[in-house]
Order: sequence, then C-alpha cells, then structure tokens
Amino acid sequence: MKELIEKLKSKYDLQDEVYQRDNLVYATIDKSNAIDSITYLRDYEGFSHFVLMSCVDWIEDGKFQLLYLLNNPTTKTDIGIKVFIDRDNATMTSCHHLWKSIWTYQRELKEAFGIDFPGSPRVDENFVVEGWTDIPHMRRDFDTHEYAEKTYFPREGRKSYDPSEYMKQKLDPNQPVTAKKSKDDK
Amino acid sequence: MSELDLNDKVNEMLAKSEANVKNSDKTFVRPEDEIREVVAPDGSIITVNPLYDYFSNERPQVEEPKGGIVEKFLNWARAESIWVLGFGTGCGSIEIPPLVTPRYDMFRFGVQMRPTPRQSNAFIISGYLSVKTLKRVIRTYEQMPSPKYILALGSCTINGGMYYDSYSTINRLDKYLPVDVYIAGCMPRPEALLHGFVKLKELIKAGKAEKANEYARNFDEYKANQKKIIKDWNMPDYNW
Repeated sequence: MKELIEKLKSKYDLQDEVYQRDNLVYATIDKSNAIDSITYLRDYEGFSHFVLMSCVDWIEDGKFQLLYLLNNPTTKTDIGIKVFIDRDNATMTSCHHLWKSIWTYQRELKEAFGIDFPGSPRVDENFVVEGWTDIPHMRRDFDTHEYAEKTYFPREGRKSYDPSEYMKQKLDPNQPVTAKKSKDDK
Repeated sequence: MSELDLNDKVNEMLAKSEANVKNSDKTFVRPEDEIREVVAPDGSIITVNPLYDYFSNERPQVEEPKGGIVEKFLNWARAESIWVLGFGTGCGSIEIPPLVTPRYDMFRFGVQMRPTPRQSNAFIISGYLSVKTLKRVIRTYEQMPSPKYILALGSCTINGGMYYDSYSTINRLDKYLPVDVYIAGCMPRPEALLHGFVKLKELIKAGKAEKANEYARNFDEYKANQKKIIKDWNMPDYNW
C-alpha cells in the first residue's frame, strides 16, 4: 500500500493519506487530478471494482467532500479517494465512463446535495423524492424538522406532566387527613 | 445481452437524457402525458391530451344513505363482506400475511384479500407514507368503488410516528384521505388488526362509515391538501 501511495504522490500530488487498516487507505487528491488518478488506479493498479461514492457536507469550510471508494479484488485492498469541491455552484467532473454504476451515485448526489455532474446520463431526473422544489434535502443547512412542521400538518402531542408536580397540584393541602396521618396520630 | 446491444442501449439513453434536459424546463409533465396528435382509424388527425382524455374528470358524487330498513340490510351485507386491498409499502404490511393463516384466520370475519382496487372496498394503508407513495395511494383510493373504507395501520399514519420530522414522510393521513379506523401501534399485532376489522364492521352496521361521502363533500379541501405537498401533480384530478 505504501509503495502505491508514494507512486500516487509523485504522480498526482496526493495529500493527507490515512492508513485506516493494512488493506484500507484514504487520501485526498485535488479536484483537477481526481478523475485521472481514478482512471490510473483502475487501468494500471488493478482497482477494477468500484465500491461506492458518497458525499460529506463540510458546511463550516464551505466544501463538499466526495469519496470514491475503489477495491482491488486481487490484492484485496481498498483505496478511498477524497476530493474537496466548493459548496457554492458545486460541480464535479463526471466519471460515468469508468463504471456504469456511477450513473446512479451521481444522480443521487445531484438530488440529495445539488452537486452537478455535467454529461452524466439521466443526472437531472428524479432519484428518490419526486417534484422536490426546496434546497437539496441532504445539505446541512436544510432543516428537516422545520420543513416537516411547515408542510405536513403536525399533530399536537399529548400533554405530559412531571409526576411529583402533578400530584402536588392534585392533592389539596386543605383536604382532611388521610390514612397515613391518622397512623401518625397514634 | 451482448456488449454491442448494451452500448446501443447506453447511447440511446444518453440521447434521451439530453433530450429530457432540453424539454423539461422544470415542468413535471412526463413524455407520455404530453399533448400530441394521433391518427384516428378513419384517417383524420386528432389532438389528444392524455391526462384529460384518457381518464374521467368528473368529481365524486355523494351517495346519500337510503335510510330505513333497506339501508340497514345494505349495511349488514357490506359489513359481512369486507374485501381488502393491502397497500404494503410500510413496515406494517408484514402483519397482514399472518391474518390469512389458520392461526388468525380473517376469513371467519368475512374479510378477504383482493389483488385490485376495482374489487375491494376496504383499503389497508400500512405504515409510513412518503409523498411519493401518498400519490399512488390517492390514485388507488380513487379507483375503488364506493362505499369504501380506509384502515390506517400503525402510528406513522396517525402522527408520523418515528418519522415525524422527516422531510419526505407525511404526518397525518386524515388530512389527505378520510380514515375510518385507525389501528394504533408500532407495530400493531395481527390481533389489533382483527380488532380494527371488528370496529369497522360495527361502524358500518351503525351507518357511521360514511367517509367516502365525506371525501366527496370536502373534495376541494382534500385536493388542496394533497396538491400542497405533491408538487409534481402529473395525474388527473379525479381518476376513477
């Protein structure tokens, strides 16, 4: 794994590598080099299996982090390529030509985070939600609770009381003495 | 499928996707619903608007109870033969199959499952409903012949359940469709479902299961609520 990372470092300006396990490493690559490096890993290093693609919303830094997870079936190793892209006008080069399953991931990311992948097939079609007009629902600045309350007629919850307070209110102090009191009298 | 076929298919899809982007303009009309010209059998060219020409657009009618002994007899007959359409997209639908087994045996209550809305008069809506499924539920409900009853199964249909704050799941079903019987629980046991059927039968026999008429009376209100959340309304308003 280390040799591979060194090779990638010299070729593609790879940074911040994290050795998670013996057979799993994450590394950050610049947006402009990302698709090149993934193509290289697929064609020359045997990472022929595309595992998944996901996104993390780093709202504080104004960035989206895309993760491409690749697997090498021969050596049984995984490599995760992280790519940071701007949150405003988020656009990433599509790599649907490498694996066809990437179509679906890119379509999902377009819907859930609003990241555009120009040229990716059917990327503008609905993926899970239909007719969504608000901001993309997996972005962290989208408040799902507030949206649900505004949209879906929330039912008022049941009233709940603190048991001790409730009993204090319930029991009138001016009430005649109870059985306990009469016991004390004796 | 050979590699060549697959490539052809991919190219076809690519071309379609480009065409969709050009035509969409953020409208929600599907290609098959667009207004188009067709050649009639006699050779004349006619314009067809699929959403309005292929479906009925008549509003639902209120069917007043006949009253007296006739209505009592009808209600008795209705209560004794409840034909159910299950809508099992939520987790609750797993409680419906045990009802058909000898252990719970819903047939002894005159309840049986049907595969199509055209043959059913009770609609079990199980579990949580996303906006996407609600759209299908509405279409299905409106295809059922009257008198029809809705059994809402599980707490998600009552107040959203554990999905109360979800962006895609509705909270109260009764704002969108008239519910006759709520079966509370997460999940309700098959016994609770049977109890729901018994309750529904009591309501029908007492002449109180008039929710289909209520839907017809407050049709505009229900439609407004439905359209408020279903933003891509690409189906006829009333499609029985």
